[in-house]
Amino acid sequence: MDQQESAAASAGSFISLNEHEQRYYSGLHSLCQADTSGKLSSGKVAELFKASQLPPESLHKVTEVCGAKRLGFFGTPQFYVALKLLAAAQSGLPIRLESVTANLPLPRFVGLQNDPEMRYTTVPPGVDGQGLPAPGSASWTPADRTTFRHLESSVDKKESWSPPRSPCSSPPRSPMNYRSYSYSKQRNGTDPQMVYESKHPSRPIVQLEQHSSPSNYGTKATVEHPVIVRASSSDRLDHQGLVDYSDDDPWRITEEQLEYYTNQFKSLQPDLSALILGSVAKNFFTKSKLPIPELSHIWELSDVDRDGALTFSEFCTAFHLIVARKNGYPLPESLPPTLRPGFIQQEADIPDTPEDQNIIERLQPSIATTKQDLKEESCQQDTTVMMTTPQQKQTLRLDAFPQRPEPPQDLDPQLKTKTRPRSYSSTSIEDAMKKAEEPPTPPPRPQKTHSRASSLDLNKLFQQGAIGVKSGWLPPPPALPPRPTTSQVSHFAPEKTPQNKVQQPNFADFSHFREEEENRVKVEEQGPRSRFGLSTEDLSGTSKQDLIGASHSQAPQKPVRRKYHPEPQNLESVPPPAMFPSHTKPAQKLPSRQKREIQMAIRKNKETNAVLTRLNSELQQQLKVVHQERVTLESQLDLLRPLAST
Amino acid sequence: MAVCIAVIAKENYPLYIRSVPTQNELKFHYTVHTSLDVVEEKISAVGKALGDQRELYLGLLYPTEDYKVYGYVTNSKVKFVIVVDSSNTSLRDNEIRSMFRKLHNSFTDVMCNPFHNPGDPIQSKAFDGIVSGMMVQTG
Repeated sequence: MDQQESAAASAGSFISLNEHEQRYYSGLHSLCQADTSGKLSSGKVAELFKASQLPPESLHKVTEVCGAKRLGFFGTPQFYVALKLLAAAQSGLPIRLESVTANLPLPRFVGLQNDPEMRYTTVPPGVDGQGLPAPGSASWTPADRTTFRHLESSVDKKESWSPPRSPCSSPPRSPMNYRSYSYSKQRNGTDPQMVYESKHPSRPIVQLEQHSSPSNYGTKATVEHPVIVRASSSDRLDHQGLVDYSDDDPWRITEEQLEYYTNQFKSLQPDLSALILGSVAKNFFTKSKLPIPELSHIWELSDVDRDGALTFSEFCTAFHLIVARKNGYPLPESLPPTLRPGFIQQEADIPDTPEDQNIIERLQPSIATTKQDLKEESCQQDTTVMMTTPQQKQTLRLDAFPQRPEPPQDLDPQLKTKTRPRSYSSTSIEDAMKKAEEPPTPPPRPQKTHSRASSLDLNKLFQQGAIGVKSGWLPPPPALPPRPTTSQVSHFAPEKTPQNKVQQPNFADFSHFREEEENRVKVEEQGPRSRFGLSTEDLSGTSKQDLIGASHSQAPQKPVRRKYHPEPQNLESVPPPAMFPSHTKPAQKLPSRQKREIQMAIRKNKETNAVLTRLNSELQQQLKVVHQERVTLESQLDLLRPLAST
Repeated sequence: MAVCIAVIAKENYPLYIRSVPTQNELKFHYTVHTSLDVVEEKISAVGKALGDQRELYLGLLYPTEDYKVYGYVTNSKVKFVIVVDSSNTSLRDNEIRSMFRKLHNSFTDVMCNPFHNPGDPIQSKAFDGIVSGMMVQTG
């Protein structure tokens, strides 16, 4: 070992630790660290000391010498000194401060009761020599001490064939190589000194100590130094092992990893169907000591529903990406297909159920695992990508867990709010929509009361109709289909003097028929068809008058107008009455009631028609005005454009 | 297609600014800075009347000879500014609005990232991707 002058990070400078010691000690430090103030949990420290298999007196001496007794707690420097002293004691040197400076092997600890221990120790009994450790059948629940005992014994077994003090016995080590390889990696990973680490103290470090001498460790350390892995994850270990000798897709989450992620998820959020909030996840992932931009990128990749929280699958994705990154894989630009949440979910469904059963068999059946089973089964029923619809998943879980309806329900609204309805954009959208709608449908403009102070032309025109009214005559209904009206008005306005369109009297007959067609529309509304012929006759006479007043007429009807227009208004009024009585004569054959009814209807129609025509003409006028404005604006724009383009 | 896109924080310092002809960047930075005054004006004018019904899209802020500047402000007073080349056949209003909408969505995605501290410059690849998609493709 090189005696480098590397002072321990937090240790006092009075002892100098070499590289390996540094790493090892900081790993142990993380093992024992219980709180963030730097004080080590005395319980953990005591465990560690006991694991060193030194007699209690020496332990007391160590405590005294390193200064913890004086201080009342183990700070980091004290801890490091204590470790050094333990190493000294183990190698037979007296426990004194001077011993600290000696070139000592690393202290060895036996029988540390830590959780991750079992992960590794499950391997030795079953899978020594095999590449793959048994799928994490051991429970990861830290609190389960029963398994510790079981595994501890296996640890002891491990010890037996690699005696603690013997330096590298390569044969026993080779099957363990991949494991110790990761052990050492984990040891290098002094980073993950996180709270959850305390739950899974780095037992592997202990293991490694048993199996390899410091020198061996040294070689391994140099090999694994560039690789920094989060400690206490056999999953990662396994993952690494898998990667080592199988060219598997590194983005594929293995079963063990999934188990591990599940446990980690549970440690953060007991309900597997719930979400981990962003801040919680941030704290958790920050412990991985990856740079923040990388973590940010990982988050972007894994939070597929963009809700600022991680579902279980998203969490697995993120965790896996972090693991991969720690192992040296560059971060992908986009989410690999095997890490897609749907994929993970499908994976989770299949492997987890048998494993869960194993867990149940081996361990105390925990509600969590059964729930996981239920969850997995319920998830299995889902075929498609569930994570894209977290709400759907949520409801499924709700079905599966009637026992705990409340927490998931609490999270449901959370979920819904987190799916970010993006209502902020709605305002602009709505406004855009409104603006888009307005031009096509101009407001109705009930301008019936609008001033008649339109152009004089219109007034002139309407005077004819008005005169018709004044004369007590019914205002002639437009008697035209609605469509041609606009065109007629536009024709009409420039016309100004409809006098050109006098019609010959002989056209009247034709107009009869034509107007019959037009008036049919109104006639049908009014009365039975039996009176059709009569009404048309009646109307035909009046329709001519309509044409007089109605400024809009089709070309064929112009002759009708011409008939009346050149005549002075008096004349107009005369012939119509003349016409009218003549027409009414045949009508008198009919019952007078019907006739009156018809006439009343006719009058009403005529009135409405007159109003409508007035309205129409006014609108047309306004349209013209607007057109003119537009033209002026366009011309201005054209004038301005050459300026703008320069 | 935009020539320059900028995101400005509430305190009027830039969170993200990117322009396409990278040689003239200073000019665009200056333009964006001056457009902030117009944005403030618009915000304050409407704010009194309507309160939180303020329109997010501010429209054309500032036409100059070469280009036009459009503005958009979020409810948290984060401003987006897009500078468009005038010689471009004028993009319709709706297109500008959709650009802002995309920006806003992408911005909220960035904000949702717990590793991003509000007030930090935006360093998100997804956001960069969206912005690049909107910039002029001058190669």
